[in-house]
Amino acid sequence: MNDSSESRTVVVEREMPHSQEKIWRALTEGKLIEEWLMSNDFQPVVGHRFTFRAAPAPGWNGVIESEVLVVEPPVRLAYSWGTLGVGSVVTWTLTPTAGGTHLRMEQSGFGPDQEANYKGAKYGWNKFIGNLERVVGGMD
Amino acid sequence: MQVETDHVFKALAHPTRRAIFEGLTRDGEQTVHALTRRAGISQPAVSKHLVILKRAKLVRHRHEGRETHYSARPQALAPLVDWMTLYGAFWRDKFDRLENLLERMDP
Repeated sequence: MNDSSESRTVVVEREMPHSQEKIWRALTEGKLIEEWLMSNDFQPVVGHRFTFRAAPAPGWNGVIESEVLVVEPPVRLAYSWGTLGVGSVVTWTLTPTAGGTHLRMEQSGFGPDQEANYKGAKYGWNKFIGNLERVVGGMD
Repeated sequence: MQVETDHVFKALAHPTRRAIFEGLTRDGEQTVHALTRRAGISQPAVSKHLVILKRAKLVRHRHEGRETHYSARPQALAPLVDWMTLYGAFWRDKFDRLENLLERMDP
C-alpha cells in the first residue's frame, strides 16, 4: 500500500480454483456482477459509461459512476470508479496458475486536485475528469 | 481533497465536536446558545469547535437577527466513507461473494 497522498492504492488478491474464462464471465456479465458486487449496466466495451448502484446511505446516494477503460479477455479488465467526489480506477488481472487462477484487484484512488498528474496519459483521463467534475458538482 | 480529508478526520477526532455534529444531525438546526447549553462548556469553547467543524464543511451556519444557527452537512463525511471503502473490508467481502458465485457457476 502506497502511503503518499497523491496516489492511494489498495490491492486484494486471491488464488482461486477456477479457470480464467469462468472468472472473466463473473467479472464481465452484468447479471453475474450483480450477484457478487452491485447492480449495474456494465458492458465489456471500452468507453462504455455505466453505473454501479448500492443501497443509499446517509450522505451517499449509492451511485458509482464508471467507464470501461480496458477489456483484454480473459486477462485484464479496468474501469473507473467515481463516487462521493473521489475518482479511482479498479483494475482486475487474471493470471493462470497450476491450480486455477490468481485474481488481483487493484484500486488506485486520487482526489480531484491531483488527477491531472495521476496516470493521466495512460488512460486518457480528460473525459473522466469531466465526469468527475459533474459528480462533484452534483453533490451539494 | 487530501486537505479536506484531513479536516474531516481532525474535526471528528474530538468527542465534543462529534457530540455537536451528532446532535445537529439528529435534531436539526440549532443556535449557538442552544449548542452551548447542551455541551456544558463555555460559548467561546463551543465557537472554537464550530470553527473546526465548519472548516471541515461538516456544519454550515446562517445568521438570523442576533443569533447564528448551525446545521449539519452529513455529505461532508464523504472522504471518510471513501477512506473506509479503500482500506476497509469492502473488496475482501466482495471477493468472498465472488468465490461463492464461482462455486455455483457451471465450469
